[in-house]
Amino acid sequence: MTFAPGDTVRARTVDVAGHTRLPGYARGARGVVVEVAGAHPLADDRARGLDVPAQPVYHVRFAARELFGEGDHSVVVELWHDHLEGPA
Amino acid sequence: MSADHASSTISAEVRHLEALLEARGLLDPGEIDTRIDEFAAGGTPANGARVVARAWTDDGFRARLLADANAALPEVGLSMAGGLQEQRLKVVANSADEHHVLVCTLCSCYPIALLGPSPSWYKSEAYRSRVVRDPRSVLAEFGVELPADTRISVWDASAESRYLVLPRRPEGTADLTEEALAGLVTRKGLIGTALV
Repeated sequence: MTFAPGDTVRARTVDVAGHTRLPGYARGARGVVVEVAGAHPLADDRARGLDVPAQPVYHVRFAARELFGEGDHSVVVELWHDHLEGPA
Repeated sequence: MSADHASSTISAEVRHLEALLEARGLLDPGEIDTRIDEFAAGGTPANGARVVARAWTDDGFRARLLADANAALPEVGLSMAGGLQEQRLKVVANSADEHHVLVCTLCSCYPIALLGPSPSWYKSEAYRSRVVRDPRSVLAEFGVELPADTRISVWDASAESRYLVLPRRPEGTADLTEEALAGLVTRKGLIGTALV
């Protein structure tokens, strides 16, 4: 299953041992998919030398209040499918 | 590496690694600098300024640019194919209601193939950590005072896309040529830390 623009998603909370492109400030936060940004092998896996297939990458918009508990702006983070799960 | 890191531990480590690779014949002396020069060749903020000026004067181009920037760039003689592979470009347009600003919180991702090397402040920890959390204050420090009801969107280049801000066309520029308009656009304007 892939996500589509408008879908609510949650960034995973897993604490990756080593390189990850899931910024720490976004972990566990709920956001909305803005756009599909193509498909690429997960950089976290490639950094470990793994040859992995491409998966969808998304622009995901998070409200600052959701990320930091304050602020009226939003932050759009680009995340791989494996960084995300459906809203719990 | 940026010049202000010359004495840092990471620079020493990079030089050591470079020397080891050269000693083993895996890297020619100076090869990294050559590759960086090739990657940045032709990249200058003037490219971004040309893109913006065309978008200001041609609504059709503007629409195509916002829908699929990679497909639209060749119309002004540019592309994102300067690196090992073509990078996806996402152009975000400022409006009366919304202001966009770019950052790479994880490192310093930037559309080098299009704009050339990024400014040093873009790579600083202070900018990268603060602009996601409190963009209004950071923008004010750059001299950008936005109305309280202007929404701010921060774009974190955390994956494979690169970004470019399309600033609003300044008032009183109706008579200017496309070339003159391009002359108004700054590198900060293309990152979102200036209005134009």
